[in-house]
Amino acid sequence: MNMLARAADITRSPGDPKVLSKGASSSLGASDRLARNLGWFSIGLGVVELVGARRLASLLGMRGAEGLIRAYGAREIAAGMMSLSANPNPGIKSRIVGDAIDIVTLLAALRHGNPRRGNVEVALLAVAGITVLDLICQKGLTSRHARAPGPYRDYRDRSGFPQGVNAARGAARKERQAPEDKAGF
Amino acid sequence: MKALVWHGKQDIRCDTVSDPEIEDSRDAIIRVTSCAICGSDLHLFHNFIPAMLPGDIMGHESMGEVVEVGSAAKGKLKVGDRIVVPFTIFCGECEQCKRQNFSVCERSNRKKELAEKVFGHATAGLFGYTHLTGGYPGGQAEYLRVPFADTTHIKVPDSLTDEQVLFLSDILPTGWQAAAQCDIEPTDTVAIWGCGPVGQMAIRSAILLGAKQVVAIDCIPERLAMAEAGGAITINFKEDSVIGRLDDITSGKGPEKCIDAVGMESHVSISQPDTLLDRAKQMMMLENDRPHVLREMIYVCRPAGILSIPGVYSGLIDKVPMGMAMNKGLSFRMGQTHVNRWTDELLRLIEEGKIDPSFVITHTVGLEEGPEMYKVFRDKQDNCVKVVLKP
Repeated sequence: MNMLARAADITRSPGDPKVLSKGASSSLGASDRLARNLGWFSIGLGVVELVGARRLASLLGMRGAEGLIRAYGAREIAAGMMSLSANPNPGIKSRIVGDAIDIVTLLAALRHGNPRRGNVEVALLAVAGITVLDLICQKGLTSRHARAPGPYRDYRDRSGFPQGVNAARGAARKERQAPEDKAGF
Repeated sequence: MKALVWHGKQDIRCDTVSDPEIEDSRDAIIRVTSCAICGSDLHLFHNFIPAMLPGDIMGHESMGEVVEVGSAAKGKLKVGDRIVVPFTIFCGECEQCKRQNFSVCERSNRKKELAEKVFGHATAGLFGYTHLTGGYPGGQAEYLRVPFADTTHIKVPDSLTDEQVLFLSDILPTGWQAAAQCDIEPTDTVAIWGCGPVGQMAIRSAILLGAKQVVAIDCIPERLAMAEAGGAITINFKEDSVIGRLDDITSGKGPEKCIDAVGMESHVSISQPDTLLDRAKQMMMLENDRPHVLREMIYVCRPAGILSIPGVYSGLIDKVPMGMAMNKGLSFRMGQTHVNRWTDELLRLIEEGKIDPSFVITHTVGLEEGPEMYKVFRDKQDNCVKVVLKP
């Protein structure tokens, strides 16, 4: 049983039902969980880029690009927060765009004169791996949450009025009695 | 027993939980025969309503058969009675209950101190909702304990099916209250934002209460088709200008009465830039709700008109044009539904065949499929409008 649920039981009264065993299937799908993990990763990476921009620039042989790295950090944090929201798809899409920008930036740092070329190659590999995860996640989210394109079911036979709409118009008006207390109405 | 349990944001599971027990002499326990997923369950699902805890049982639209009755409730209920359970728990004795303001009952919220700190004053206890409203276990379960059961029930005759009466628990009286508090006149145009289950009930209520025209606004084709079936003129806001169409329909004067059946999670689109800003603020925790519909209603409503708000809002909202509302002399009427204020009248309308709320049901499944149906309902997949669960 979930530890949080057990802890929350202290707020319940003795006659309230308590969780005995957790159901296997959740409304939260694998792609939703992946999006959440990527969101936290994005925020973590963003903080590192913001706080440790100088060290990162040094490691990648990109001295002078500290401002750019901090901007990328802010972008990562924003994308992370979007990925943690109720609709993570835009967040993951923005991460994919960010991955592309990161790859272009790192490719530019692969110049021959860069003494940290090896580090850049490792970073490129890492970004490529994360990009694959982002792409898998985005595809999973789309297939899980997208509405199928039409044709839509026709509910035009569902009036809710057994005697028809015309008979229903004003049918309750004449008979209505106002409640005794109309305070606030 | 089995129950749909909240384990965190977007994580609902069908768990095995202990059975509820009578705690107070006014309690009763029912075997749930039908329950439903409500639009406001989605706000809990998304964790937009604060103070949910892992292990909370969901659901506030339930009905069933009484299987156990506390000693003090025995005069009003007996084992075997078939009842619908209103989502608002009320004592029937406090000052507010005597005024039929059941959703602000002064005694039924068992976590009153918490609610008072957040709201200033406590409101009624609600089933399957936040701990700000008592944290009572909900009815998406095989059994449900009903506190204050001698008052918190609606007895229903065997001649009507579960599907015909289940929505007396919430969406039918909620739609009805939304229309009733508009004080509809036969010359009125009533504009209703949102064609979800509450919007559909508000449309039927406005028709029954004699509105001249009812206009329904949404972007989901099958929901607009259902609204049209109920007698509404429809506006698809993705295809048409809401303001332009409402002006055409009302000869440029605007609707006298506006109903917000959308609430805190309005649709987000590039064509409505304010919704993008709200979404960004919501994600950064700078704003709780997305009040696009409120802004639009204030803008389009005829001066001296009424805005009725059954849609749920949870907290703080930004950029609501209060000056516009004040200068136009608009009245705001809102609140959780005083369910039992309306249910005698609504049950009679159902028995007389003037309305059959079962029209809104598009999916009926077992409780085990509940977690998946939360997703289907949330994503409006498979033309889903309303899900009924059979425990």
